[in-house]
Amino acid sequence: MTTKLTPDQLHAFGKEMDSIRQRILADLGEEDATYIRGVLKRQRQLEVAGRALMYLPPAWPLAVAALSLSKILDNMEIGHNVMHGQYDWMGDPGLNSRMFEWDNVCPSAQWKYSHNYIHHTFTNILGKDRDIGYGVLRMDEDQPWHPYYLGNPLYAFLLMVFFEWGVALHDLEVENLVKGTRTLEENRALHAGIMRKVKRQALKDYLLFPALTGPLFPLTFAGNAIANLVRNVWAFNIIFCGHFPAGVESFTEAECLDEDGPDGPTESRGHWYYRQVLGSANISGSPLFHIMSGNLSHQIEHHLFPDLPARRYPQIAAEVREVCERYGLEYNTGSLRQQLGSVARKIIRLALPPRRTTDREPTAAPVSEPVAA
Amino acid sequence: MFTEPARAMMTQTTTLAERLLRSPAVAALTSPHGVDRYLELINPMWAATEVRARVVDVQRENPDSGGAAVATLTLQPTSTWRGHRAGQYVQVGVELPGSARRLTRCFSISSAASAPGERFTLTIRAHDEGQVSKFLVHRARPGQVLHLSQAEGEFTLTESPATPTNRHLLFITGGSGITPAMSMVRTLLRDGYDGHVNRRVTFLHFARSAEDQIFAAELAGIDAGDNGVDVRLFHGDQLFSEQLLTRIVPDFREVDTWACGPAGMVELVSAAYGVSPTDTSGSRLRVEFFKPPTVATGSAAGDLTFARSDATAANTGASILEQAEAAGLRPEFGCRMGICFSCTARKTDGTVRNVLTGEESSLPDEDIRICVNAPVGSCTVDL
Ligand SMILES: Cc1cc2nc3c(=O)[nH]c(=O)nc-3n(C[C@H](O)[C@H](O)[C@H](O)COP(=O)(O)OP(=O)(O)OC[C@H]3O[C@@H](n4cnc5c(N)ncnc54)[C@H](O)[C@@H]3O)c2cc1C
Ligand code: FES
Repeated sequence: MTTKLTPDQLHAFGKEMDSIRQRILADLGEEDATYIRGVLKRQRQLEVAGRALMYLPPAWPLAVAALSLSKILDNMEIGHNVMHGQYDWMGDPGLNSRMFEWDNVCPSAQWKYSHNYIHHTFTNILGKDRDIGYGVLRMDEDQPWHPYYLGNPLYAFLLMVFFEWGVALHDLEVENLVKGTRTLEENRALHAGIMRKVKRQALKDYLLFPALTGPLFPLTFAGNAIANLVRNVWAFNIIFCGHFPAGVESFTEAECLDEDGPDGPTESRGHWYYRQVLGSANISGSPLFHIMSGNLSHQIEHHLFPDLPARRYPQIAAEVREVCERYGLEYNTGSLRQQLGSVARKIIRLALPPRRTTDREPTAAPVSEPVAA
Repeated sequence: MFTEPARAMMTQTTTLAERLLRSPAVAALTSPHGVDRYLELINPMWAATEVRARVVDVQRENPDSGGAAVATLTLQPTSTWRGHRAGQYVQVGVELPGSARRLTRCFSISSAASAPGERFTLTIRAHDEGQVSKFLVHRARPGQVLHLSQAEGEFTLTESPATPTNRHLLFITGGSGITPAMSMVRTLLRDGYDGHVNRRVTFLHFARSAEDQIFAAELAGIDAGDNGVDVRLFHGDQLFSEQLLTRIVPDFREVDTWACGPAGMVELVSAAYGVSPTDTSGSRLRVEFFKPPTVATGSAAGDLTFARSDATAANTGASILEQAEAAGLRPEFGCRMGICFSCTARKTDGTVRNVLTGEESSLPDEDIRICVNAPVGSCTVDL
């Protein structure tokens, strides 16, 4: 367990984070614009190249690689970040969070609600942050064990393979339907939105582009499917390494209400920052690795400043780390191999019932039941 | 207003390639980003649905006159440009160098009605503190690409020169408000309006000084021509008044009138027609503002809270945009008069009144244009 900070320390910590944020905001300009336009251009080139190379059967592996890279860039460094509003200040409709739609079956509007709002506001608060376990996995000790979770590793594997579908269905809160805390009526509009997007995505990857290659239909079909799979596996791994390695903490709703507000107790800004640091983990790597992960390898910086252009995270990481260490907060970082190993061990460990319950304090937090229970 | 040849061209110019680029099949292939996101990477002048324009000429209208600098930009739009009716304006998006921010402002088109894909001009006055106008007047260069909307606005000629009831047209303009009226007069003359069938045009213009008078030579030529167009230019302290108007056009209330200029002038003109500047219905007057008039706003009670900035100020009754700026915030804006939607922000709580229509709205979590909405009582906006 990391240090608990006093209210004064939390306040001072919040101020330090705010000042980093202000400094970057004031510095936004042409370099950031040139950068994101460059990434966008590279992604479009890779996509066109990938689609074109499908016509050359010997170049098929190259075509799949180009298309996979294009989809990864589209989803991570471009889509995820643009939809966080990181480039709204540019006034360019092509890079505006209100208008951007990504190459993924989850409609951007729904993703912005479940990710930007729910996940980023209630990060790692048990019972509120639905990204903990995505409604199917046991990813935290405080989720009560149930025989259903013996399948934890299998569910994680399936979620990885079908990640984009998992993310799209995530918004339907199927587990809450099963529990009866959500009605089918509430899902109708969402459902229509997902189906529209799914149709469009499937049409181009599994019908139109394969058909355009004529006799190569099966090869193109397979190539497109593999590109989607590669993107799914990559995105799943980056995201899980950013949230679930050992040492990442979760919170109860009650412990976050550290300040008196006009309408009852609320969370202070300092505590919100504190929770973001302890609730995420970084992955170390090369500059190219950071770009391909949408800079979510700097998950801590991303959770602190979700609307600052992601290319700024590496620039401020050392400073953020220094501040965290000064306040005695664990700055969770490691190589991809270390973090992946840690996540895998957690998935397996939590599949099994807790070995000893004595050294854990009972929590009063409302924790969710497993879906299939 | 389209002439027959222009209308015919409109249906013809869509070439096969363009039709293909706009087809649902291509849209499906480029989904979810759209064709334009790919075309723009090759050539900014290629577009399937968006409109952009290349600056092809920049003319200073009043070099060395000592007045505020005015320039006319000639623009070559992409083939997606659907043309404009005389009197309409276009939203222009400009990326200011150094900041990489795109700002959007409205400019009336000063040239005669255009057909699809056809060139047109904007005539812009540089405001001392103005970001976009100063940039376009002093730094726009041929070759530069601007982002455009399609032509918009209902401040247009409603009748063609051939319409029998079109007996007399009256334009009353001030300062750079001359541009939409200029477009209408140029259109009329280009399309054969000669004033010989018992019709005439009266064009009254008010400029700060003779040095500030733009289009002076062209207006003198039009006035001298045998075309039934009577141009009267007023400078300095020769301000608009009802007496002046009565002297020149005694039956002005029975004449189709277009007025555009500074808010003060438009308010005086509206008073002469017995209507309010924001609601001219029931009269033959139409008005256009480049800047919204100073109308009575929401009551000055309660507090205005800016949620994201964690700031609160006593509500002054002015528009939310003005109050936000007074509080030191820098919200995005464009036209400042409710037409471009660049200032849209989420109102989470409270009631606002639209300062142009007087309409009130109390829906929670509503997207409002902060430039034309003022708080009524306490109100919270996500700024
Ligand atoms: C429908 C419409 C048509 C227009 N047509 C033309 C046209 O043909 N030619 C033309 O030159 N302009 C026209 N304008 C005005 C133009 O859109 C801009 O408002 C103007 O050029 C100033 O913009 P800016 O970015 O330079 O100034 P900003 O940076 O927006 O503003 C700087 C300062 O000037 C003030 N300001 C902004 N706009 C005006 C204004 N119009 N009058 C006085 N003060 C202002 C602001 O409050 C601010 O204090 C039109 C406006 C509208 C709404
Ligand atoms: S600034 Fe254009 S609508 Fe408000």
